Amino acid sequence: MNIHEYQAKAILRNFNVPVPEGHVVYNSNSARDWARRLGDGPYAVKAQIHAGGRGKGGGVKIAKTADEAKQFAREMFGMTLVTHQTGPEGKLVKRVLIEAGCNIADEFYVSFLVDRATSKVTLMASAEGGMDIEEVAANTPEKLFFEAINPIVGLTAFQARKVAFKLGFEIAQVKQAVPLLMNLYKTFVEADCSLLEINPLVQTADGQLLCLDAKLNFDDNALFRHLRIRDLRDYDEEDMMEIEASQYDLSYIALDGNIGCMVNGAGLAMATMDIIQHYGASPANFLDVGGGATIERVTEAFKIILSDKKVEGILVNIFGGIMKCDVIATGVVEAAKQVGVKVPLVVRLEGTNVKLGKQILAESGLDIVSADGMADAAEKIVKAVKG
Amino acid sequence: MSILIDKNSKIITQGITGATGLFHAQGCRDYCDTQMVGGVTPGKGGTEIDGFPVFDTVEEAVTKTGANVSVIYVPPIGSADAIMEAVDAGMDLVICITEGVPVLDMVKVKQYMQGTKTRLIGPNCPGVITPGQCKIGIMPGYIHKPGPVGVVSRSGTLTYEAVWQLTSRDIGQTTCVGIGGDPVNGTSHLDALKMFEEDPDTKSVIMIGEIGGDAEEQAAEFVRDHMTKPVAAFIAGATAPPGKRMGHAGAIISGGKGDAASKKTFLRECGISVADSPAEMAEALLKVWQP
Repeated sequence: MNIHEYQAKAILRNFNVPVPEGHVVYNSNSARDWARRLGDGPYAVKAQIHAGGRGKGGGVKIAKTADEAKQFAREMFGMTLVTHQTGPEGKLVKRVLIEAGCNIADEFYVSFLVDRATSKVTLMASAEGGMDIEEVAANTPEKLFFEAINPIVGLTAFQARKVAFKLGFEIAQVKQAVPLLMNLYKTFVEADCSLLEINPLVQTADGQLLCLDAKLNFDDNALFRHLRIRDLRDYDEEDMMEIEASQYDLSYIALDGNIGCMVNGAGLAMATMDIIQHYGASPANFLDVGGGATIERVTEAFKIILSDKKVEGILVNIFGGIMKCDVIATGVVEAAKQVGVKVPLVVRLEGTNVKLGKQILAESGLDIVSADGMADAAEKIVKAVKG
Repeated sequence: MSILIDKNSKIITQGITGATGLFHAQGCRDYCDTQMVGGVTPGKGGTEIDGFPVFDTVEEAVTKTGANVSVIYVPPIGSADAIMEAVDAGMDLVICITEGVPVLDMVKVKQYMQGTKTRLIGPNCPGVITPGQCKIGIMPGYIHKPGPVGVVSRSGTLTYEAVWQLTSRDIGQTTCVGIGGDPVNGTSHLDALKMFEEDPDTKSVIMIGEIGGDAEEQAAEFVRDHMTKPVAAFIAGATAPPGKRMGHAGAIISGGKGDAASKKTFLRECGISVADSPAEMAEALLKVWQP
């Protein structure tokens, strides 16, 4: 799960991590009032959307006065911000963060993430702050420093010191950096983050370290023990159909193609998308109905696929293990009766109760094309859609 | 021969009184008389459920039954603790089926397991089966057949697909291992390949991977440098967009890394026969190996 920058900074503040003073606003008058309360300018005016690259798209501006902050905020509200992470459709700005500005002397990069190779949380840092860190990693990997963290003792002071000296800090800043890094690690662990990124961490003209931007992603599997964080979820930032699907425990992701798929199991669902492409068409979605799907869930899954206007054909690919083919077949027939299927439908069933499943489909009176194997199924649906 | 499990394995089920745990304990017992010797549910020790003796702790279950393998269906909130309890009780093998275990819990578990003799499979996996001998997990037993091919995969149903392609061609399997779709797990593709290489009855291997991470690449380096047996592979997720988690927590392309095309290229460079379509996994194997 992602949250907004202002929410991330509030969490960091609770863990005694230095962040600029600021406030989120929902209209431009509030922008001016909160700017005044922050004292003299300059102020940073930052559009709050779940995507990076906001600066280049006009979503981050420096205002000299409170009135100018209001002006910038007014321009941002209702604006559709397009960045390299939003996709071409962009994202509508509904919240703006007003922050006290600062004099930046130097910029750094710090992040924490779980490294699969070591199965440990790893601290990653670079003196190349403010840059696209993926470019730094690709072009100048020697400028990135790593510390793998033992989960039993946590990030130690000496590790934090090592990183701070490598970043080139003077001793006065090292003394700030050590508790700062240790508190960032504490945030990461106690909030069950999957990514914590500070880019940039700045040193101000008067020698203070400050987290100027903050990105926190959380492990969805751990949200059950973080109800306050779960409440920060912003549904406006998510796909409507993905939200609908998640209410029925369906794993659904909208894509750009025109062939809807319903599959059991994440790996097989990905492979089904791949085989559609292999035969020259594109999948409209990823949809995993899971292992223990009921007739109701299958029906809802089918409705969600059909509500996508791009869908010109549907491929159902089920390898029944725990999932029984007759349950899938009944769900498909039920959904088709409820909503009406006006596009070609190809069903491939294999595994538990396959004969019963095929019989239910055959006796339904619906126009369903039965397929043997994944290749046959993909070929048939692609042919049906392309004509 | 086989890897990990055989007809001598004695298995207890942690979380046996839950609907899922019991259902699959029964299913495994029904498969070639797999020795499902009991289960653990704290507070229900001393009772019996459908013929399975229930114990309060794993330690007690081991003492009373002589179990050397544990399979875990405990919900995510208690999964990490359940794994550590099984490790503490000295199990040879722990298989965690549970989906949705927090990643940082697994980070701690991995550290806890260092220096112990226990091997962990999973979490978020279908389990392990040695056809004709022993089934531990949620896979449908009847699609398998004893034979010479080892199968290792991150995904459940995609493993069934590969197994079915083999069985329909009358080619059987030594052992099929589902290592799970999470970013931090107990056993990697590499670990499984090393075991298949050492197993005299395994003559060739199908490895099924996904986008995300570089575990498949590490396994491929082992194939290139040390493996004497032919390996075929499929990588799922060629059509997955970057930054989107495709069901499995581990299946995500991030920072431009872990996409299917670069994985496939690297695997081919290491001498692996890579299937372009998931319908051709068995055929990809038959290109480099004949039963």
